[in-house]
Amino acid sequence: MTDLLEVRDLTVHFDTEDGLVEAVDGVTFNVRSGEILGVVGESGSGKSVTALALLRLIRPPGRIVQGAVRFEGTDLVGLSEDEMRAVRGTRIAMVFQSPRTALNPVLPVGRQISRLFELHQGASRAEGRARTIGMLKLVGISEPERRARQYAHQLSGGMCQRVMIAMALATSPRLLLADEPTTGLDVSIAAQILELLRELGRRTGASILLITHDLGVVAEVCDRVAVMHAGQIVEVGTVRTIFARPLHPYTQALVRSIPRIDRDVTMEPIPGTVPSLLAPPPGCRYADRCPRVLDVCRRDRPALRAATPNHDVACHAVEVEDATARG
Amino acid sequence: MGFGRYVLQRLLLVIPTLFGVTLIAFTLTYLLPGNPALVKAGALATPAHVAEIERRMGLDRPVPVQYWRYVTGLLHGDLGESSSTGRPVLEDFRQRIPATLELTLASLVVAVVIGIPLGVLSAVHRDTALDHLSRLLGVGGVAMPSFWTGLLLLYVFFYLLGVAPAPLGRIAADVTPPTRILGLYVVDALLTANATALVSSLHHLMLPALTLGFAVMAPLTRMVRATMLEILESDYVTAAWAAGLPRRRVIYGDALRNALIPVITLLGVIFGFLMAGNVVVEMVFAWPGLGHYAVTSLMTKDPGPIQSFVLFVAVMYVFVNLGVDLLYGLADPRIRLR
Amino acid sequence: MRWRRLTRNRLSFGALCVILAVTLTSLLAPWVAPYDPDNPDAEATLVSVSMRHPLGTDVYGRDQLSRVIHAGRVDLLVALSATAIALTLGSALGAGAGYRGGWVDQLVMRGVDAVMAFPAFILAMAITAALGNSIANVVAAIAITHVPIYTRLIRGEMLRVRETEYAEAARTVGNRPHQIVLYHLLPNCVPPLVVQATLAMGFAILTVAALSFIGLGIQPPQSEWGQMTAEGAGYVVSGEWWLVLFPGFAIMLTVLAFNLVGDTLRDLLDPRMRGVR
Repeated sequence: MTDLLEVRDLTVHFDTEDGLVEAVDGVTFNVRSGEILGVVGESGSGKSVTALALLRLIRPPGRIVQGAVRFEGTDLVGLSEDEMRAVRGTRIAMVFQSPRTALNPVLPVGRQISRLFELHQGASRAEGRARTIGMLKLVGISEPERRARQYAHQLSGGMCQRVMIAMALATSPRLLLADEPTTGLDVSIAAQILELLRELGRRTGASILLITHDLGVVAEVCDRVAVMHAGQIVEVGTVRTIFARPLHPYTQALVRSIPRIDRDVTMEPIPGTVPSLLAPPPGCRYADRCPRVLDVCRRDRPALRAATPNHDVACHAVEVEDATARG
Repeated sequence: MGFGRYVLQRLLLVIPTLFGVTLIAFTLTYLLPGNPALVKAGALATPAHVAEIERRMGLDRPVPVQYWRYVTGLLHGDLGESSSTGRPVLEDFRQRIPATLELTLASLVVAVVIGIPLGVLSAVHRDTALDHLSRLLGVGGVAMPSFWTGLLLLYVFFYLLGVAPAPLGRIAADVTPPTRILGLYVVDALLTANATALVSSLHHLMLPALTLGFAVMAPLTRMVRATMLEILESDYVTAAWAAGLPRRRVIYGDALRNALIPVITLLGVIFGFLMAGNVVVEMVFAWPGLGHYAVTSLMTKDPGPIQSFVLFVAVMYVFVNLGVDLLYGLADPRIRLR
Repeated sequence: MRWRRLTRNRLSFGALCVILAVTLTSLLAPWVAPYDPDNPDAEATLVSVSMRHPLGTDVYGRDQLSRVIHAGRVDLLVALSATAIALTLGSALGAGAGYRGGWVDQLVMRGVDAVMAFPAFILAMAITAALGNSIANVVAAIAITHVPIYTRLIRGEMLRVRETEYAEAARTVGNRPHQIVLYHLLPNCVPPLVVQATLAMGFAILTVAALSFIGLGIQPPQSEWGQMTAEGAGYVVSGEWWLVLFPGFAIMLTVLAFNLVGDTLRDLLDPRMRGVR
């Protein structure tokens, strides 16, 4: 089974006034058919930029420096803008965080969906409207006819997010990129949205790339998870493995920092902050914050290697441990 | 309803503002040098005669009473008399308003037709030669005094190139103005199919309109560019792209639509700039409008018209801003609906 | 601090230099100007740009370069005084209004609204016409039209600070609220005030120039850039362009410099007010 999405060595740089920001560096991961892959990391770790890069939405001063994004066998990086446009919204769609600002404030929300039907499926106005109502019902919005005529500011945050999801799923994409879909929403609404995403994913067979900073969300809905730190992927594995046996020190720290209700633990915040991506250190970017740092860590960047099948880690300390364990 | 409240709020604010405006105008008129009764009586009048006129004009009454007389007079259209033309100021206004109106409209057209697209294109093609040029014009234009621009244009196009007419008024001396329908020579000439008058009046309108238009265009372009840039960075624009909408459509459809709404509020401010610039430009080109009238009256020691002119402009400004606010409220669904 | 940024941006650095140059030249006018500005020379009337008279002479033979230099003093003086007065008066009013609230606030804000109901230049015209032509009156007129800007600014800051600092002030025994609010208020206000004042300098110069051009404000024997342009206006149609070009250019250059510095200051000091580049 070939994977739906294969990202290899994706690198995105930004030419800012202050210098060159290496926002995403050599990111490699796969998304399988029908799965929900979580991408988790602190703010500024490059998760959103990665998603935008997949859709080739990086605008100057940013650019994709290198890398391959194979989607259903085609490398998206090499496509022309017109060809890419055919992919956006139809085969790959994106849901943005902060749903209110991601909707056009001066267009009725229904129009924002129906015009996609007109654009991508050649539907007429009336057909578009009808399908829009259908989509709104699908995402659980009551009184869809009335809601469709309303504007973003008249809807609650949760409803706006549902509208966004409706927009994204309108043309049944194979891959849905969800960037922090629950940030800013009430816990109960957030849970509903996640459930909605999972359900729709199952129903349509679409894969979901779920970006979040919240490990709890990952635990809820994801099948596998990729951990990002300072623009790089440091660990990839199934949710079960990552939570039970995190290998990378950063992942371990993340898992440890989750407050637990079932037993007493001291909350351990991760020391330090994400290194500046303006002039990132040559070796491992976690070196300054890592309790297991070795000399080699500061010199050479660790490569993403399979520690066990379906569990990749980029860490010198782990490699050394494995080597000594193997004798 | 939210919008009704919005309208009511705006309308209610107008009243105290107008009150304040008339108060200021009254104070300034009151402060004017010279005794209006003396002016009216003439230089050879006896003190007794002057005193009599003072009493008739109510100048011996307490200030609040005078203010009341002033305001009621205004509401009846009494703006005083001009000692240089010998006629009621209101009549002089009526005669000269079309000239100012024509210049204002022409300049507005120049500013909007060139300024807004320039600002939009400048934002869309950021950091290109066009952008740099437009920013230069914007920054430079705001710093250039309008009288200087006008005089330079005169020098180049009249003296050097001979393409523009001498700054002697709205139409060539040997051409009869078109039959007065609206008083706007260009429009009237069009309506009466008067080719000679049309050409001549356009010819004369050219430089003044360009001068004033350019003066007003600079701030407009800057603000349009800034608004557009902000909107191009917004989430919903990226989301629209992500949904597969063609770039052109997103920019000139979604983004522009959002950008034009704040531009509406700008138009109110632009009107203020226009009126201020009008005075200067009318003087440079001897354009027989309200500003020209007000200033030349002042030169002949006739202080009434200028204060009436100022009051007139202020009242217009208040209502234009009100209109702009209401228009904005209608255009932005966030205000129109709750 | 971030002075590096100010100087690194070549354009704003250049603008800063221009302001310095203009100010210095004006201050040292009697020593810098090659001729006595009021000295007529019947032998050299209406001379164009030349070695002896780099900016030409007018109909009386007066050297334009010297006149432009001297006239600059008036423009800068008027702009500076008007801005300083408006800033002080406006801030005081705004502070009073924001702090006291209630009817004081209402009164001040209605007053501000009334003043702002006039386009600034139009109001300045009216005030100057009413008071008469003199430097002091022009300064007063411009100051009055600028007061609302500062009043609103300070009042806004006041209202913000009042909410946050008031609880602290209440707890701090012995310190009069006046002092607390002032000490907390001032640091916050200085950046936007500086930005506004710099930009206002440009407007002030344009206003005094335009007023003088139409015959209000600064009139002969005083010389001022706008007034000089008015004198030269009549000669444009007969081709003596230098009488209009140079004084007008002086206005533009100075205003441009203030605007550029003001914009850069705004980007540096007050990200909240930040426009987009």
